Amino acid sequence: MSTAGTTVTPHITPLQAVWHRPAARKLLLLAAVTAAVAPFAAARWGSGAWPHALTVDLTGPLGRANDWIIDNRDSHWLFLYFFGHISNAIVVSVRAVYVVLLALGWAGVTAGAALLSWRLAGVRAGVTALASFAVCGLLGMWVPTMRTLALMIVAVAASVAVGALLGLAAGLSDRTFRALRPVLDTMQALPAFAYLLPVVLVFGIGVAPAVLATVVYAAPPMARLTALGLRGTDKGVLEAVDSLGATARQRLLTARLPLARRELLLGVNQSIMMALSMAVIASVIGADGLGDRVYQALSTVDVGTALTAGIPIVLLAIVLDRSVGRRSAGRNGWAQSHPPGRTRTVTTWVVSIAAVVAAGRLAGTSWPSTWTLQIAAPVNRAKDWMVDHLYSGIPGIGGTADAAAHYTAWVLDPLRSGLQALPWWGALALVAALAWLIGTWRTALTATLSLAAIGVLGRWEPAMDTLSQVLAAVVVTLLLGVLVAVAAARSDRVERLLRPVLDVFQTMPQFVYLIPVVALFGVGRAPAAAAAIVYALPAVVRIVGQGLRQVDPAAMESARSLGATGGQQLRQVQFPLARPQLLLAVNQAVVLVLSVVIIGGLVGGGALGYEVVFGLAQGDLATGLMAGTAIACLGLMLDRVTQPVKAKEAN
Amino acid sequence: MKRKALIALPATALLAAVATGCGAADMTKQASPYANAAGAKTVTLSVQSWVGARADAAVAQYLLEHELGYRVDTVQVDEVPAWDALSQGRVDAILEDWGHPDQEKRYVRDKRTITDGGDLGVTGHIGWWVPKYFADAHPDVLDWRNLNKYAAQLKSSESGGKGQLLDGSPSYVTNDKALVKNLKLDYQVVFAGSEAAQITQIKQFAKEKKPFLTYWYEPQWLFNEVPMVEVKLPEYTDACAAKGAKDPSTIDCAYPTTPLKKYLNADFAKKGGKAARFLKDFHWTKADQNEVAQMIAEDKLAPEEAAKRWVERHPDTWKKWVG
Repeated sequence: MSTAGTTVTPHITPLQAVWHRPAARKLLLLAAVTAAVAPFAAARWGSGAWPHALTVDLTGPLGRANDWIIDNRDSHWLFLYFFGHISNAIVVSVRAVYVVLLALGWAGVTAGAALLSWRLAGVRAGVTALASFAVCGLLGMWVPTMRTLALMIVAVAASVAVGALLGLAAGLSDRTFRALRPVLDTMQALPAFAYLLPVVLVFGIGVAPAVLATVVYAAPPMARLTALGLRGTDKGVLEAVDSLGATARQRLLTARLPLARRELLLGVNQSIMMALSMAVIASVIGADGLGDRVYQALSTVDVGTALTAGIPIVLLAIVLDRSVGRRSAGRNGWAQSHPPGRTRTVTTWVVSIAAVVAAGRLAGTSWPSTWTLQIAAPVNRAKDWMVDHLYSGIPGIGGTADAAAHYTAWVLDPLRSGLQALPWWGALALVAALAWLIGTWRTALTATLSLAAIGVLGRWEPAMDTLSQVLAAVVVTLLLGVLVAVAAARSDRVERLLRPVLDVFQTMPQFVYLIPVVALFGVGRAPAAAAAIVYALPAVVRIVGQGLRQVDPAAMESARSLGATGGQQLRQVQFPLARPQLLLAVNQAVVLVLSVVIIGGLVGGGALGYEVVFGLAQGDLATGLMAGTAIACLGLMLDRVTQPVKAKEAN
Repeated sequence: MKRKALIALPATALLAAVATGCGAADMTKQASPYANAAGAKTVTLSVQSWVGARADAAVAQYLLEHELGYRVDTVQVDEVPAWDALSQGRVDAILEDWGHPDQEKRYVRDKRTITDGGDLGVTGHIGWWVPKYFADAHPDVLDWRNLNKYAAQLKSSESGGKGQLLDGSPSYVTNDKALVKNLKLDYQVVFAGSEAAQITQIKQFAKEKKPFLTYWYEPQWLFNEVPMVEVKLPEYTDACAAKGAKDPSTIDCAYPTTPLKKYLNADFAKKGGKAARFLKDFHWTKADQNEVAQMIAEDKLAPEEAAKRWVERHPDTWKKWVG
């Protein structure tokens, strides 16, 4: 922008002035292309929804693939010698971990977890672990918790291993990095619900596909952070190591990996969080454990029981998060705390392990059934009360049912008809323009091609329906999120109150939100939107809040000294300076909202989400996979349209 | 430490793969990793999402655990994936099947990985229902020919100007889209997406005494709480069924009445001992099932507690199964 200012000469025509602004240049170019191509395209294929002539019907081949897999699943060599072994290895590992956990017994596991957290992350983490496992037992969820824990341990180990290997490859080779990055980007924007079906088809239901789906979801952050860490190594250090005559291998092991420790630990932490958020989604394909309890409870509209099983998931997440990830933020990492007195450390470990095992043996395998606390009934009463008093008949505003009807009729319906009435070439041009404005021609191309792919698959109309739901929910989320974040940034007390709430809401499985929102908003697109907003809000609040807090104190101080009011400071200093965070918040909101709008297929959200649910329920690969691919494309498109940070790096 | 772990993990995985599998690894022989842990004999039951099926499973589980000394795991999956799981031995039994001719042909007759476990004793019926308060006020709504008259009253924000026909989970057997089209009804099928969502919506309508038209089925405990009356559709005939089997989009008659069946994994049926015999003999009535289902869904009892109460009240019924 500044270059545009310096090159302006007195004798410049308005057109030239416009031409000097990069954004305007891009738009003009795009407008020219559209003007040249659109009339032809419109004349040839019409101007409504995506033309039928340009679609490819994959129902036949996919249906045949479906039948082939089912018919050959127990005889073909591919399944016997490849998938079979993968599945077997997973089942054996999960079983091994589960048996160990059972053998340790409730006291052993609780004590062991507390001890481990204490050693890894300090006293507070240890106490948190102790309390969390005790609560899991108190809620009567001991056995499901152990199953989920066993599954998570295996899934996280596999994700970290796969992610680290990929990250290593990408960190060391530029070519691999370039090839891998778009794949990782895509994976991160992809709702997990979309790819359950192919995994189920190959592996059947059960633990094996659940672990695999989790790994697919949780490995990308590890890979990305590993690669980032390795590539971020200080050039000076590398040169120093080189000058000492280190081999490539030595260089990696002594300089690059240790220097990337922070990113590696953060990667492990991210993988754990992603894996746990899959715990409930994976229950749709028979993963058992806590997720299954949540899922079963929701099928009887039993929010209390769903919450009873949801709390341990949140607790597991908190324990794992506190004991693995938080250390990375501190000064000294794990590796540094090892050296002094190795023998003494080993002795301590041996003694404590012995103590843990002894405690476990003495206390018995399962949590004593008399020590449990039933919270389901009171929670359900509270929910019923809320529904009774909010659903309708609030004087003046009506009730949640009316709000839902208005939201659907006044926001969603016009938006949907608008999007569906948009000529297809117009939609493509619009997406290209948006993506190009904040990104590069590359992101614009990806976004446009993704949208076109949806059309080619013949999922244009439902995709526009889903898109309208996402857009509306994102706008609401951002409005609320910025409001809350501003409040939090201005008052430390609000911030302190908010932090644990955000922590909990962010780790709560998405499914738990679904049923109360149906009770409040009826069946349809409105409850899906409500769930999506609740789910995406914490991330937005957190990112925007961070952005506002990071604003240079000097800038704030000078604004204050110039006599700016609070509102002026906010508008003219904080928001402009926090622009990168605000954009990141938009991006996150879009990705998170999309993932819940898809699950909204379970509460009448319709569109692509319903088709995925249908595909899973009926074992119909054609419907499910095409909808899943369309969702992936939609996610990719939305991600590219809202992702400015990468563009700067690429430039 | 880290680097060793990095190299060691995949290496161990590879080693494990090689060690376990110079031979074939048949996925159909891989049970749940949680089965038979800590020396317990385990039976895994598939529980479908509707409450009737949960009642079957709860009582079967209670008796298997307390009378026969098994440990029972339940897994909830949709109907068609449950058939796959049953054929692969991931679950041992489905206790309530509403008729899946394709799967039955594939697994029971062709592959023989699943065997027929006999009738459950309950007869299932699918249809369209309206609440009793609405039917009392407008008795002629009970004939499908008059449905169009009420379309305007049954509109919702999701039905796009037409009347709303509320459907439930996409996993359930339904011809409703074809029926609406072929009977020329001014209705839009709105899928609630899951039965839980559908029940919540029905209860909400009932509380407000609003009219609604819904896909529903019996036996179902919800009838005890929200009395509903069935709308008569064109009569079910063999000719119509044959036509529908060829092309599902041409169906224009009511749903059949289905005797619900049990299915067992073939290996389990042979080697499952007492548990397999018990599941084959399991046979009860609509009233029994509803009694348990209502305790679970309405009184919010834990399934185990509901089963326990039923078992205490009806020893004559179940004594025959465990004998």
